[in-house]
Amino acid sequence: MKRLVVLVWLALMPPLPALAVQPDEVLENPALEARARELSKGLRCLVCRNENIDESNADLARDLRIAVRERLVAGDSDEEVIDYLVTRYGEYVLLKPTFRGANLVLWLAGPVMVLGGGLIAVSYLRRRRPEDAAPPEALSPEEQARLDALMGDNRRL
Amino acid sequence: MIIELGHFALILALVLACVQTVVPLVGASRNWPGAMAAGGPAANGQFLCLAFAFAALTYGFVTSDFSLRLVTANSHTDKPLIYKITGVWGNHEGSMLLWCVILALYAAMAAVFGGNLRPSLRARVIGVQGAISVAFLSFLVFTSNPFSRLATPPMNGQDLNPLLQDPGLAFHPPFLYLGYVGLSMAFSFAVAALIEGRVDAAWGRWVRPWTLAAWLFLTVGIALGSWWAYYELGWGGFWFWDPVENASFMPWLISAALLHSAIVVEKREALKSWTILLAILAFGFSLIGAFIVRSGVLTSVHAFANDPERGVYLLMITGLFMGGALTLYAARAAVLEAKGVFALASREAALVANNVLLAVSAFVVFVGTVWPLVAEMAFDRKLSVGAPFFDAAFTPFMVALAMLLPLGSLMPWKRARMDRVMAPLWGALALSVALGALVWVLQTGGSMLAPIGAVLAAWVGLGVVADLWQRAGKGRDLSAKLRRLKGLPRADWGKSVAHAGFGVTLFGICALTAWQVEDIRVADVGDTYDVAGYTIALDEVRGGRGPNYQTTMASIEVSRGDRTIATLQPEKRFYPVAQMPTTEAAIDNGILRDIYVVIGDPQEDGGWAVRTYIKPFANWIWAGCIIMALGGCLSLSDRRHRVAAGAARAPAAGVPAE
Repeated sequence: MKRLVVLVWLALMPPLPALAVQPDEVLENPALEARARELSKGLRCLVCRNENIDESNADLARDLRIAVRERLVAGDSDEEVIDYLVTRYGEYVLLKPTFRGANLVLWLAGPVMVLGGGLIAVSYLRRRRPEDAAPPEALSPEEQARLDALMGDNRRL
Repeated sequence: MIIELGHFALILALVLACVQTVVPLVGASRNWPGAMAAGGPAANGQFLCLAFAFAALTYGFVTSDFSLRLVTANSHTDKPLIYKITGVWGNHEGSMLLWCVILALYAAMAAVFGGNLRPSLRARVIGVQGAISVAFLSFLVFTSNPFSRLATPPMNGQDLNPLLQDPGLAFHPPFLYLGYVGLSMAFSFAVAALIEGRVDAAWGRWVRPWTLAAWLFLTVGIALGSWWAYYELGWGGFWFWDPVENASFMPWLISAALLHSAIVVEKREALKSWTILLAILAFGFSLIGAFIVRSGVLTSVHAFANDPERGVYLLMITGLFMGGALTLYAARAAVLEAKGVFALASREAALVANNVLLAVSAFVVFVGTVWPLVAEMAFDRKLSVGAPFFDAAFTPFMVALAMLLPLGSLMPWKRARMDRVMAPLWGALALSVALGALVWVLQTGGSMLAPIGAVLAAWVGLGVVADLWQRAGKGRDLSAKLRRLKGLPRADWGKSVAHAGFGVTLFGICALTAWQVEDIRVADVGDTYDVAGYTIALDEVRGGRGPNYQTTMASIEVSRGDRTIATLQPEKRFYPVAQMPTTEAAIDNGILRDIYVVIGDPQEDGGWAVRTYIKPFANWIWAGCIIMALGGCLSLSDRRHRVAAGAARAPAAGVPAE
């Protein structure tokens, strides 16, 4: 009875989107499934905002997840699966950009900036070394007079 | 009527902001004391006006005044009162008003607490802060007025986005804004100092508490957002490298760098021009963040006000302030001469390394965030930059930072000897490597992430202990040591606590990423199954009704052996007004693990999709953030910030000769 109530309730409610990976999508072979999950995390759900297909609720993400699994069951390597999707959807589908062409700028930005920043920092630090720094300037006559006055004050106390 | 008064107060605030900008700045350059002093009252007045405007808008939301366009679009009479209030900032216009309130609050605080600043510096700080207010208030008044009315008010509103009807997210924006906008103070101090051409230890001491406050609010705000994503979105992730998350993370990284470099200015009068640059950039990243969130140029799960026109205006504000400040910097930075000298191995040098790592990591995040845009415009390539890129490109910086941290924090100023620095650390190093090895042996295979995380976290944590132990002095007398520890300045305690928090967060992230166990299956009511040693029983699924939603709730009993651990009630909700479903995961929180269950769809041939996750050490991630923020609070309460407030006045009163 309770079950019936729930079912009626659900029938009245509008359809809800499915949650990420569904039980019916999961492959029997745990090794293949693990590879599918790992691949899915690097593939973008094309109609979503910055979500991978493993996490997305969209129908397209489900289709892509199933496509990935079909290719894996058919014996494709990880690279072949990725190539298969890239030829159909473009490199937009990859959450991890390729190393090709202008993307090198993206990938090399970090190492280059660290090298550059490091070099600048080291040259700065070298200039600040005690032995290289300019000797402290002598006091100007006014400063000397003020110092003498202050010291004199002190002596009087 | 109250709404009209609020609207009027908002416009009055804009006028006062103009006064606050022009009068003190002119006064400071002409050396007119009266004009310089006018900045304070103008700032206070502007804050009072905006506070009133904000209260008026809140009143509109609480009383469900649907003649206001904003209330109609974002509220509903059935919504619980707390979300009517938080709904004020759950939209573009209201959140922008909150932003302006906080901006004015900081200016008013500078006016009230700035009594010991040089009058000219204080006038310039308030003036620059006023200029930022002018920009944002005119943005608010002319492009996104929260007080605009509807000609024919509807019977009821369209409800707030259900995802935002949640305590974690309700208080996430105010904290973030306190952080973002707090960085405007560092910016104003930097610009004021550039105009004056003078940066000294006192400047460093002044800019530090503001940066610290901004940083700790950002920490809390980001942690709240991440925690919300964890329990609300239903798959238990805590960070997605989404453009909007990055928008808050970049200022956090830069302000963390600024926090450390300001210490060098304060204690050693070095790194001045770099610190000024960081202060400018930190606020620059805040502005870029506001632009990213509100313009919609980058697709993000957060974008909530995608309006190109507003985007253009925000881009203009960003360009104006960054262009102006950086031009000023280029012209004046050479005036700032450094004084302190130090060796290559010294705390100064360690802090420089910290700054290079933090600043470059922020720029890496920046490049990754804007790359899709650049690639599309410059190379006509439509591509994505997602989590895998950031994980690979960003993580090394944090690893290097964690490796350096204990070394740097034990180094003395001016000149360090590595053997002396390492002497108290050898034990910590040995212990942490041993712990890493233990973790590696215990987990048998699996990723190297967990052992590396364990080594780094232990190294950071034990490094803090070694630091404190050394500060407690030599000798065997424990009570004397404790006394000395108690006498340490609060800033030193703050440093230790914040660094420990960093270690805790680091460990939480590594452990969760490496050891999470996931189970997805179809379960019938009455089914029982095991996940990673826990027994999960789906007892019941029933329908129900909340104040403004319908729900499907499951009752799942989790037990281990004979002991019942928890009865979890995950829900699927549907908000009819907004036509939106949400997932409410049920979580049994623990220190060592979270048990996280989500109820999915009913299956065609009976049963329900149920997902179960065992998430080890998940809470350590946010606990670490809270500990970091507590460290910030401790440091903020340090005596010298208060002593400094009296120190400048004392000589004026005359020092009695003894």
